[in-house]
Amino acid sequence: MSKNGKPKFAMYWAAACGGCEIAVLNINEGILDVDANFDVVFWPVAMDAKYKDVEAMPDKSITLTLFNGAIRNDENAHIAQMLRAKSQVLVAFGACACEGGIPGLGNLSSKQQILDTAFSTISTDNPKELRPQTTFKMPEGALHIPTMYETVKSLDQVVPVDYYIPGCPPESNQIAAVVGLVIKALKGEAQLPPAGAVIGASQSTVCDECKRTRGEKTITQFTRMATFQPREDQCLLEQGILCSGMATRSGCDARCPVANMPCVGCYGPAPDVIDQGARMMSAVASVVDSKDPAEIEKIMRGVVDPTGTFYRFGMPRSLMRHAKG
Amino acid sequence: MSEQFEPTIVGFTCNWCSYRAADLAGMSRIKYAPNVRLIRLMCSGRVDPQFVFKALAEGADGVLISGCHPGDCHYVEQNYKTMRRFALLKMTLAALGIEDARVKLVWASAAEGNILAEEIDKMVAEVKALGPLNWKGDRRPKTEDGRVPSSVIGHRSVVEGVAV
Repeated sequence: MSKNGKPKFAMYWAAACGGCEIAVLNINEGILDVDANFDVVFWPVAMDAKYKDVEAMPDKSITLTLFNGAIRNDENAHIAQMLRAKSQVLVAFGACACEGGIPGLGNLSSKQQILDTAFSTISTDNPKELRPQTTFKMPEGALHIPTMYETVKSLDQVVPVDYYIPGCPPESNQIAAVVGLVIKALKGEAQLPPAGAVIGASQSTVCDECKRTRGEKTITQFTRMATFQPREDQCLLEQGILCSGMATRSGCDARCPVANMPCVGCYGPAPDVIDQGARMMSAVASVVDSKDPAEIEKIMRGVVDPTGTFYRFGMPRSLMRHAKG
Repeated sequence: MSEQFEPTIVGFTCNWCSYRAADLAGMSRIKYAPNVRLIRLMCSGRVDPQFVFKALAEGADGVLISGCHPGDCHYVEQNYKTMRRFALLKMTLAALGIEDARVKLVWASAAEGNILAEEIDKMVAEVKALGPLNWKGDRRPKTEDGRVPSSVIGHRSVVEGVAV
């Protein structure tokens, strides 16, 4: 508790785009409830605070910490460990913290390949072949920048996590519901779910929430949104658009298929699915209509970047985690 | 390094053809490399790509998937599903940098003990040449007896009432 008697709240942004922060603000007036019920002690996007301020806090003094973003470098890991120690409830917030997210696609390349692409390709003007150094000596002293890790990790691969709120970003109504529940629990009016639970999502797949009509699927060709105008009432997969709905956890009200775009899988693996990408492979294999090896190969080639598509948000937390290297 | 590398290969076989082919190979006293650990499933169509990834991530150097010949499936056409799944699996394995020879699909009827034995020998030799896979993927916390606790396998289920 802080001086004003309110429980403390923190939010942190590691390797992520910042969309999760916006999603929290998108709960509209709900943000006033957050302010009314919590004392915001650390939220770099919203207020000024220094790492040393958090370091000075006693252990377990922050009631709720929402941590968004994957662990890409030693700064991310350091803050994750620090916030774990200072927080009673640490929530992996959003796809990156839960599964590794879009930054996790970096696990399909080695650190060396990523740096080579960033600093030594034709689009980069870098005649001296300079590379970022993690320490640099200045007259005033040595400067340090974070060291990039070989692979991207999800938050729970670095520290124990109490709850997961999936989504890229999590839907605002789900965030509001979770915040409401925590506030109730603090007043003793509700019970928090058991540790390790996925909260702010549902128990099924995106297909279950999708209103499009589904029939027999017999796909002979995959198409892309850029070259095709799909019908708005029929299952996108049936129309040859690769949609990840059947392997993805529900909770978003099938927002993308409703907007005539395929599900990209941001809510992570459906309940009881270990590896979302593997489940996608199974599902796609089931709906392709061919028994001829050469034709199958041709149809499957129509899936552009299958690995990046099936594991768009989940590479670091998949069974294989990263490419060989 | 005087000791020769002996690969561990996990073999998924179907109840109706390829497992019986392995049985026949045994009964016919056909000698083949002992590196394959056979797991019997009802159908090659039961092989979820998750099984393959789990095997590779947790120490296997290769995975063999074997089932009835196309057209001969006990469950009519599930091995075609295996064939299609394998096409996607191969693409993903290639993207992960896993050599082609490490994961194989072999059709073997119940009468083809010799063919299965030959294919296993061939695969073991190829994987031996590639060397160990030593995947670094599996760093999940383990219980004392080496199991991965169920709370770590995927996310735990959602608690009703929180979801909107």
